[in-house]
Amino acid sequence: MNANPYLPDMATVVEVIEETPNIKSFRLVLNDEEKMRSFSFKPGQVGQLSVFGAGESTFVINSSPTRMEYLQFSVMRVGEVTTRLHQLKAGDQVGVRAPLGKPFPVEDMQGKNILFIGGGIGMAPLRTLFTYMLDTRDDYQDITLLYGARSPVDLTYQAELPDWLAREDVKTVLCVDNEYPGWEHKVGLIPNILLEMNPSPEKTVAITCGPPIMIKFTLQALKKLNFADEQIITTLEKRMKCGVGICGRCNIGTQYVCLDGPVFTYAQLKELPSEL
Amino acid sequence: MERFITQDNLQRFAAGLAEKKNVLAPVASGGTTTFRRLRPGMQLDFSRMAVISPKDATFPRNETLLTVQHYPEESGKRMELQEHLPEGEMVVIGCRPCGTRGKLVFDPVYETQAIKDPYYIRRRDGATFITLACARPETTCFCHSVGSGPADEEGSDILLTAVEGGFVAKAVTEKGEQLLGDSLFEDAGAKAEEAAASNASARKLMGEAHDFSSAAEKLLKRFDDMDFWQTQSDKCISCGACTYMCPTCYCFNITDDEAGLVSRRLRTWDNCMSHTFTLEGSGHNPRSTKAHRLKNRMGHKFSYYPDLHGGQIACCGCGRCIKQCPAGVDIRQVVMAAQEYPDER
Ligand SMILES: Cc1cc2nc3c(=O)[nH]c(=O)nc-3n(C[C@H](O)[C@H](O)[C@H](O)COP(=O)(O)OP(=O)(O)OC[C@H]3O[C@@H](n4cnc5c(N)ncnc54)[C@H](O)[C@@H]3O)c2cc1C
Ligand code: SF4
Ligand code: SF4
Ligand code: FES
Repeated sequence: MNANPYLPDMATVVEVIEETPNIKSFRLVLNDEEKMRSFSFKPGQVGQLSVFGAGESTFVINSSPTRMEYLQFSVMRVGEVTTRLHQLKAGDQVGVRAPLGKPFPVEDMQGKNILFIGGGIGMAPLRTLFTYMLDTRDDYQDITLLYGARSPVDLTYQAELPDWLAREDVKTVLCVDNEYPGWEHKVGLIPNILLEMNPSPEKTVAITCGPPIMIKFTLQALKKLNFADEQIITTLEKRMKCGVGICGRCNIGTQYVCLDGPVFTYAQLKELPSEL
Repeated sequence: MERFITQDNLQRFAAGLAEKKNVLAPVASGGTTTFRRLRPGMQLDFSRMAVISPKDATFPRNETLLTVQHYPEESGKRMELQEHLPEGEMVVIGCRPCGTRGKLVFDPVYETQAIKDPYYIRRRDGATFITLACARPETTCFCHSVGSGPADEEGSDILLTAVEGGFVAKAVTEKGEQLLGDSLFEDAGAKAEEAAASNASARKLMGEAHDFSSAAEKLLKRFDDMDFWQTQSDKCISCGACTYMCPTCYCFNITDDEAGLVSRRLRTWDNCMSHTFTLEGSGHNPRSTKAHRLKNRMGHKFSYYPDLHGGQIACCGCGRCIKQCPAGVDIRQVVMAAQEYPDER
C-alpha cells in the first residue's frame, strides 16, 4: 500500500479468461517490477481494481500467494465498473490497491479437515484458499470442495475443474440447480447436496461463500450437521468504497468489513448486530 | 492572551486575511446565512448560525483525489496517474464552537497508526479556526449534552466573544496568538471580564443537558426492535439533509469522471440515509428500509463510534439536522426514546 491509501498502483492485464457468460478472470502484473516482486498477501485478502474514468470496485485476489506470476481477480458483470472491466483486453492498464482486509485464518486450519462450499461467484474467494491448500497439501487432512452454480455454463474456473475432479488428494463435488443434457454431476441446491454428503464436523472447518440466500440455507444445513459456530467461516460482500476504514460504508455495528473482515467466523458474526 | 477588536476592525481583519489566504466566513445569502469564500466587499454575517457547517474547510463536498491523463491507443503511450493533494491555507472565521469541533470527530478515523488520509490531514493542518462563542443558544442546540458548550475552545485557534462594541479575542493556540499580533487588535482591559460573564450566561441559558450516558448500550439493545425503529423513522423521507448539513458526518463516496483524455477520481460527501448506500451487487441490501438506516445513523453517532473512540459521541450538538429536517425528525428525541424504552416488552 502507498502512503496515500487512495493511490493505486498501475498494472497491466496479461490475460483475460472468459469464465461464464457474465464472469471474466483477469490476470494482472504490477508495472513496477520491484513492487510485483515484493508483493505479498494472504488468501482471503481483497483488492480495489480501477478502470480510470469508470471507477473502482472491490474484488478478492483469487490467485494463491504460492503462485506469484500474476494476481488474478474474477469479476461478475453487474454494473458500471464491472462492465468496463469486462471490456479490457491483454495489455490494457488498470489500477490496483491491494492487499486490503484480513485473510482466512490459515494457521488455525492446519491439521484439520477442510470443507469448501462455494456458490456462483462465491467460488472466487474459495479458489485462492483452495489453490493455496493444494500447494501446501500436507498441512491439512481431508479436503472436500462442494461447488455449485445455477447451470453448467455458470461454473467458473472450467479450465481447472477437470484437474480438481481428477485429483485423488481432494474430493470435488459439483452441482447445478436443474438437469442439463450431458451433465454428469449432482443436481440440486447446494444446501441439499451438502446434507446428502453428510460431512462429519469432527476436526473440520467449513468455509462458505456465495449469494446471501445460499449462505443462509447453507448455514442452516451446517447447523443440522452439528457444525459449531466457530467451525464455520465465511467472507462477506458488503459494499465497500475506500477499503481502509474511513468512508464509513461497510460497517456492521463497530466492525468494518474492510478492516476487520471480510473473513469472519459464524461465531464472530453472531456477536455482531444482526445486519447482514 | 486576550485582545479586543471592534466590529469594523474585525471586518477589516477578515478582508485583509482574504487577500493572502482562502477565508471561509458566514455571509448573508438568499434569506439565510451560509459559509462562502470571502471576497472583496462581502460582509460577515454573525447574526445566526450558518445553515451548512464549515465542514468544507477540512472536508470539501467534492474534491479531486487523482487525475489520469489518457492517451489515444495508437500513440502507444501508457496512461499517467497523478496524485492531487490539496495545497494552501484556509482560515475559517465566525464558525460556532460546534462547527469547529466537527473535525475532532474526523481525527481518530482519518489519521490512525496504520492509515493516514493525506487529503484531510493537509487541509486540517492548513486550516485556522477563528470561532465565535454563542451568546444566545437556539432551541435546537444541545452541545452541552455532548460534552461541549457555547464557548468551547477545543479545536479553535482563536475564540471570539461578542461584547459591547466588538469582540474579545482569546488565543487558544500559538497560531491564534500570532494572528492576535495584528495592529487591529487592542488591549482587552475590562472587556475580558465582560466576555467571561457573557459566556457564563450563555451556558446558563442552555438549561439542563440531556443525559445520553446509556445511549451506547441501549441503542445496541434496541437493535432488533424494528417496531421501535419504524416508529422513529415513520416521518423520514430519506432526503439526506441531516447528513449533508452535519459537521461530523464523514462518510464519502468515490467516483470517476471523464472528459476527453483526462479522468478524475472524485470524493464526495455521501449519505447513509439513502437506499443505495449499502445496496450490494447481488441486489441484497442490509439496510433496505429507512428504519434500518436511521438506526445505523443513530447507532454510529451514539454507540459504535463512542465504543471505538474512548466514549466520544460523534455528534457536536449543533442541531442542524433537527432544524433542516423537512419531516421534523429530532435526533435528541430518538436517542432519548431509545434510552427510555422499557427493557422488558
Ligand atoms: C470484500 C468484497 C469482495 C468482493 N469480491 C468480488 C469478486 O471476487 N468478484 C466479483 O465479481 N465481485 C466481488 N465483489 C462485489 C463487487 O465489488 C461489486 O459487484 C462491484 O463493486 C460492482 O461494481 P459496479 O460498478 O459494476 O456496480 P454499480 O454500477 O456501482 O452497481 C451495480 C450494483 O452493484 C452494487 N455495488 C456497487 N458497488 C459495490 C461494492 N463495492 N460492493 C458490493 N456491491 C456493490 C450496487 O449497489 C448495485 O446494486 C466483492 C465485494 C466485496 C465487498
Ligand atoms: S447529528 Fe445533527 S446535531 Fe449532531 S452534529 Fe450532526 S447535524 Fe449537528
Ligand atoms: S433530514 Fe429528516 S427526512 Fe431527511 S433523511 Fe434526515 S431524518 Fe430523514
Ligand atoms: S470500505 Fe470504507 S470504511 Fe470500509
